[in-house]
Amino acid sequence: MHEYPITEQIIKIAEKHCREAGAKKVTKVKLVIGDYSGYVGDSVHMYFDLIGEGTLCEGADVEIRHVKPKLKCSQCGELFEKKLMSFACPKCGADGGPTDIGKEFYIESIEVE
Amino acid sequence: MHDVRKIDVMEGILDENDHIAQHVKEHLSAHGVLIVNEMGAPGVGKTTTLKNIFKHLNGYKPYVIEGDIESDLDTQDLKGMGIDTHQINTYGACHLDAPMIDHMVDHMEFDEKGILFIENIGNLVCPAEFTIGEHVMMLISTVTEGSDKPYKYPLAFEKADIIILNKVDLIPYLDFDEEFFMKGVRALNKDVPVFKVSGKTGEGFEEVAQWLMERAGRLEVKEHSHEHHHEHHSHEHAHDHGHSHDHGHTHEHK
Repeated sequence: MHEYPITEQIIKIAEKHCREAGAKKVTKVKLVIGDYSGYVGDSVHMYFDLIGEGTLCEGADVEIRHVKPKLKCSQCGELFEKKLMSFACPKCGADGGPTDIGKEFYIESIEVE
Repeated sequence: MHDVRKIDVMEGILDENDHIAQHVKEHLSAHGVLIVNEMGAPGVGKTTTLKNIFKHLNGYKPYVIEGDIESDLDTQDLKGMGIDTHQINTYGACHLDAPMIDHMVDHMEFDEKGILFIENIGNLVCPAEFTIGEHVMMLISTVTEGSDKPYKYPLAFEKADIIILNKVDLIPYLDFDEEFFMKGVRALNKDVPVFKVSGKTGEGFEEVAQWLMERAGRLEVKEHSHEHHHEHHSHEHAHDHGHSHDHGHTHEHK
């Protein structure tokens, strides 16, 4: 739902780095999006083409690397993906707590020419 | 042939929002005002919670920013009680963000130390993703929503600094499984205080107000120790910042 303003921000950041590099246009934007960040990759794709028109990012490819959220077991330290309606560690059964894995939301790199 | 080059960016897309949020937080800290970001689903009793808390605030002036997609019903309601209340309508947007709060805060006067309550859009998802400069994230959950909410909306429960479980007067009529609810809360947020309240009877809110005043009090102590530092930066900064936000420089990515 809020991918529109977020995509504007992505384009703004990519344009800034393109200008700083003295390049003419952005050809690719590589994003890293954790599934817990709440952002939907498909929506970013859609808005990117729309908002990108007339900017240095016009026609650029958007490549998204998704990251699955992981919990960390409070007992044995195992990193694991949460099952529905449970925080239990698959190895020892204790409850796992949240980590930063899966909350990523950044531009990793861009390609310019 | 065009020369294609790869540039490492490693820049968080929300860095600008976070930067402005930090600025808002510092601005209000300097005025001795604690910022509370109140979030919860529609109908959990966010405005009712505020009204109940206000009855027990001593020595701290309540300020309110009401976030709604449309309408200013809650604002009129609170203004009628003499509360310094300001409305933000997002017309469709699902959450408040830091630039909106920064803009609004610029138009408000913080003449007394107090607590600024920012009632976020009724939504258990998006508001958890955007920091708006809060010192305290206050989550309102209810026994009527069901005990599975921490499992279904983990981020909101993970980010909360205080959780209020409302409508506990209805427990006899419901199948609310408190043990299951608390197990989920504790997995996500080991030490968060959970207060059981009833907006209908008013029970439990005195303790909530005490907790908030204690937090606001800690802010003062901290600010006093930074007095000299603050004077050097002068107050001009605090009042002269809403006009341009040229945060275009690269921020360190966490």
